[in-house]
Amino acid sequence: MIRDITIGQYIPGDSLIHKSDPRTKIILTFLMMIFIFLVNTYWGYLFLSIFTALTIVSADIPFKFVLKGIKPILFIVIFAGVINMFTIGGTPIFELGFLKMTYEGVDTAIKMSIRLFLLIISASLLTYTTTPIALTDGIEKLMGPLKKIKVPVHEIAMMMTIALRFIPTLLEETDKIIKAQSSRGADFDSGNMIQRAKSFIPVLIPLFISAFRRADELATAMEARCYRGSEGRTRMKQLSFTKYDFIISVITVAFIVWVMVMQSMVW
Amino acid sequence: MSINIEDLSYTYSNGGPFEKIALHDINININDGEFIGIIGHTGSGKSTLIQHLNGILKPTKGRVIINGIDTKQRDLKELRRQVGIVFQYPEHQLFEDTVKKDISFGLQKLGLEEEEIQQRVISALHSVGLDESLLEKSPFELSGGQKRRVAIAGVVAMMPKILVLDEPTAGLDPKGRDEIFGYIKKLHADYNMTIILVSHSMEDIAKLAQRVIVMNQGTVFMDKRSQEVYTQPEELEKIGLSAPQITYLMKKLKTIMPDINENIFTVGAAVDELRKHLRS
Repeated sequence: MIRDITIGQYIPGDSLIHKSDPRTKIILTFLMMIFIFLVNTYWGYLFLSIFTALTIVSADIPFKFVLKGIKPILFIVIFAGVINMFTIGGTPIFELGFLKMTYEGVDTAIKMSIRLFLLIISASLLTYTTTPIALTDGIEKLMGPLKKIKVPVHEIAMMMTIALRFIPTLLEETDKIIKAQSSRGADFDSGNMIQRAKSFIPVLIPLFISAFRRADELATAMEARCYRGSEGRTRMKQLSFTKYDFIISVITVAFIVWVMVMQSMVW
Repeated sequence: MSINIEDLSYTYSNGGPFEKIALHDINININDGEFIGIIGHTGSGKSTLIQHLNGILKPTKGRVIINGIDTKQRDLKELRRQVGIVFQYPEHQLFEDTVKKDISFGLQKLGLEEEEIQQRVISALHSVGLDESLLEKSPFELSGGQKRRVAIAGVVAMMPKILVLDEPTAGLDPKGRDEIFGYIKKLHADYNMTIILVSHSMEDIAKLAQRVIVMNQGTVFMDKRSQEVYTQPEELEKIGLSAPQITYLMKKLKTIMPDINENIFTVGAAVDELRKHLRS
């Protein structure tokens, strides 16, 4: 049940994208996300969607999995879309009392929904193809220059690594506790909002206790291995750019430039 | 009145990239009052199987019927009253501020009267060898073994007809382990509860269970009376398990003492047999 959440999950693979350096992937993902906001024609969205689909195929991620990942945000997108349809002024399609649907509204709603989906998909593609450890390594390296102005980059990256590392563990733990409490007669699905919120107390308390216990144990284990922050710390796996990074960067940048040119001159 | 498992198959994240077949075509019938041991390696499907007994997991294929209740139905209250499951490390599910409140959690949900709850809490506490002095204490002040017992009492207080325990003694010292097994045995004898004990220790299962189900890679590898399982250690060794150590010792001793009975599965029985042999 709770394990169905797929956002942020890593899917092991051996594709070009999997093999690229996390720094390249982070930068390209950011570029794509900015680019998604710059595109404003339907042709642009069409090619953007095709490009995203091809990326998914080349990364060997099952489509079913991607669809499952966007399911949780479906409601938000539809909700925002409907609000847009009725609140943006312009040429009316029909009026129903105080509700007025406009062509401009529908246009914005569709574009916005496509944008949101593409944003979520490209962000999840990054995590689908990059292990959490590689991801935070990449972030740490990219933020490296900030060390000069006393930003604790390593500590931030370590906190992120640990947080990411414990998401699946805590989910599993939650699952286990829910099972145990419902075997004892706990009921999570009936009653009003307040009763339901209350019914999660038997889950939350054990979960907090175990999270603190784990944090304690982890801290002890790290100290036992002489961890003392970033100072003088070296890494086993050095990040390095390879030909794969060159290939995916060239493809992505070429695509972005092509769409931008076409958008301003042809479409 | 019994447990019928028919053609049960279960697949985790069915259809997803991490699809994993956990159970495959399981058929088991369990009668009232039986003491069953389920044994198998990590990943053999033991835990998945027991979660089907109170409807936490629903069969991907096949069905599970407990005392006439199909676990696929929506309302599981009655089912969960009849089947109590003690999961691994049950002390991790304690949450109330007093032992008493924690044990009565399930009873409150059943909507019982205050007096009856009080009575049941105390008798559950006794049945796991604890006394009333703990009632008002916080479960978090107790020792590991006591926490474990309080958690088991929380399930026992519901007076289930079927009590399932998943590795109830994992991480306990030998004394704590023997005590808990003693109480489980007593529950079985006193209330004629059906007990299903999951373990990967052959010694423990041999000491307690009347019937043993051996799981291997999601299937039932063997389902026999206790004695029959251990008389063929070769079969168990095929899947990487083994008979209790004492059985191997008795087989060795047989080569120098040809008249002893080699089909012995517990240390207690071995002591009796050897004493008998040495006296004669």
